[in-house]
Amino acid sequence: MSLRNTLCAATALTLVTATGAMAADPTATITIATVNNGDMIRMQGYTDQFTAETGIAVDWVTLEENVLRQRVTTDITTKGGQFDVMTIGMYETPIWGANDWLVPLSDMSAEYDVDDILPAMRNGLSHDGTLYAAPFYGESSMVMYRTDLMEAAGLTMPKDPTWQFIREAAAAMDDPANDVNGICLRGKAGWGEGGSFITVTANSFGASWFDEDWNAQFDQPEWSDAVNFYVNLMNDYGPEGYATNGFNENLSLFNQGKCGMWIDATVAASFVTGDDSTVKDSVGFALAPNAEGVEKRSNWLWAWALAIPAGTQQEAEAKTFIEWATSKAYIELVAANEGWANVPPGARTSLYENPEYLKVPFAQMTLDSINAADPTNPSVKPVPYVGIQFVAIPEYAGIATEVSQEFSAAYAGQQTVEEALEKAQALTNDAMEAAGYR
Amino acid sequence: MARSVSTQRKIITTAAAWLIGLLIFFPIFWTILTSFKTEAQAISNPPVFFNFDWTLENYAVVQERSDYMRFLWNSVIIAGGSTVLGIIIAVPAAWSMAFVPSAKTKNILLWMLSTKMMPAVGALYPLSLLFVWLNLLDTRFGLIMVLMLSNMPIIVWMLYTYFREIPGEILEASRMDGATLREEIFYILTPMAIPGIASTLLLNFILAWNEAFWTLNLTAAKAAPLTAFIASYSSPEGLFFAKLSAASTMAIAPILILGWFSQKQLVRGLTFGAVK
Repeated sequence: MSLRNTLCAATALTLVTATGAMAADPTATITIATVNNGDMIRMQGYTDQFTAETGIAVDWVTLEENVLRQRVTTDITTKGGQFDVMTIGMYETPIWGANDWLVPLSDMSAEYDVDDILPAMRNGLSHDGTLYAAPFYGESSMVMYRTDLMEAAGLTMPKDPTWQFIREAAAAMDDPANDVNGICLRGKAGWGEGGSFITVTANSFGASWFDEDWNAQFDQPEWSDAVNFYVNLMNDYGPEGYATNGFNENLSLFNQGKCGMWIDATVAASFVTGDDSTVKDSVGFALAPNAEGVEKRSNWLWAWALAIPAGTQQEAEAKTFIEWATSKAYIELVAANEGWANVPPGARTSLYENPEYLKVPFAQMTLDSINAADPTNPSVKPVPYVGIQFVAIPEYAGIATEVSQEFSAAYAGQQTVEEALEKAQALTNDAMEAAGYR
Repeated sequence: MARSVSTQRKIITTAAAWLIGLLIFFPIFWTILTSFKTEAQAISNPPVFFNFDWTLENYAVVQERSDYMRFLWNSVIIAGGSTVLGIIIAVPAAWSMAFVPSAKTKNILLWMLSTKMMPAVGALYPLSLLFVWLNLLDTRFGLIMVLMLSNMPIIVWMLYTYFREIPGEILEASRMDGATLREEIFYILTPMAIPGIASTLLLNFILAWNEAFWTLNLTAAKAAPLTAFIASYSSPEGLFFAKLSAASTMAIAPILILGWFSQKQLVRGLTFGAVK
């Protein structure tokens, strides 16, 4: 054998050995911070498959949503470098993208097909037209209602109900003797809990958080109409102690057959029609309501998305993971193993063009709800901000937490709605002035 | 002469003690009970007490999803390391404060205690930056140091209180017999203060085991202890209370067992010097 042939054989052997080693032992390990939501946990179950395909091992850090926010914010701002991929939402992404805290996802592969991401999601996860996080799953909000109770009440839920109809239906379905509440809604303090719900409700009554000069708008009649409507509806037909109910509490009530209607995240549809629900065979869906004569509905828009913090040492590996986890192939992988009802919803257009997925009872309504949400024009009034159930400015989380605490106190009867609105107006204007907006 | 206590009074105080004890234990009992329910039973209203189909499924799921032993080992190292290191530093400190106090000793003790009054989050950014510079993020050593320092005021205070109960004349006698400072602390003082040191050790081990602010904020994948293990089962969107309860039960089980077997030492130490 000539020297040249020997070298070629040695090189080939080295390559084969190296490739074999890569398949057997991970070449790199990335750390991913995530939340404990059903779709995220399911994704963790497929980690071995990702490692086998790419040679990249994954360490998961699963945290409660608020802890995760605090943890990743601290990590980014101190350049801690603990995470290579972070699970963040639509509120953080544009703000962090603007601060150059995230790696732009502008060079995804052609196979990834970035144009397939639902436009509402892509816009919400971009800053100045640059995508900073890839949606893993997206959601809006919608009405989930008991078809059997609705039928017994002699009513038909329209596809696009008004708040007035919702009140009428709640009155008809409310049955305290049988422990059925006409309606269950969030009232729990917290910007992402009751704060989100009352904000979208206010949008659908024509209200907004700020005018174009960043003046708080809680002193406007639309806010008073919205909050008074909510309080009267819940006092008349809602469950006891609704002021402390959030997503999980209402999900629990609905699954036990104790709510005629529940307006909340579209992602709840798979829970209320799942095996843990006692009413899974009699659930219908409709668009989130609006007040009569107001064009905006009370849909919100949210995505849990995967982003790469700037400064990570493993940017290429992190990008490989994001492409894998948010790809069409991943959706097909989950569908093949666990059925179409369990795939992460609300992220890709192609999912909603798939006839198999459209057989899932809540698929079309989820898409319609997402499409009905417009983060760039959340209110009928002109506003200086982006975001539907939030205002995409760094100060919002702190302000909205305090405002929602005032509202929850009003729901609990500790103060009047007018007092809560007055306090909300004062504290918001004070905070905005301190932050230099006014 | 001891005051006589009527039978009626004894019954009332015993019943009150049991009631308070049961009230305090109820959340733990409910967590353990929920861990054996299905997710649907965990949220049922009215709640079910014992008449349900007991299942170990939640434990199986938790075991499959998480590397429990890694979290447990981290908890043992972090809680144990910070406690032992704290005791080693605090014993000489408490000795000097108890037996050779200066005019400023009381002020120093109060100042040490006052550091516990600051909310931990107030030091989050400075400490995070320090950890980044020293490359201590997500390390067990870093957490041992933080927990040791944050519990130090309590350790010193407790030891100081116990040492004050020991007559100084005994230490003086040992000095007259030629004992060095090291011998005085290790062979005279420490054996006499064993109940106090043991209860301080146990209490601080429990405090370090349960610490959930620094252990969540300064760890990621490698050094995360059982507090992070529990936090990973908390969900704002989804009903996973039974699995969360199973994870919580697994996390508190070791410390509960330790507390059960050492309760005599704990009570003895905590009431040490209370009755003269």
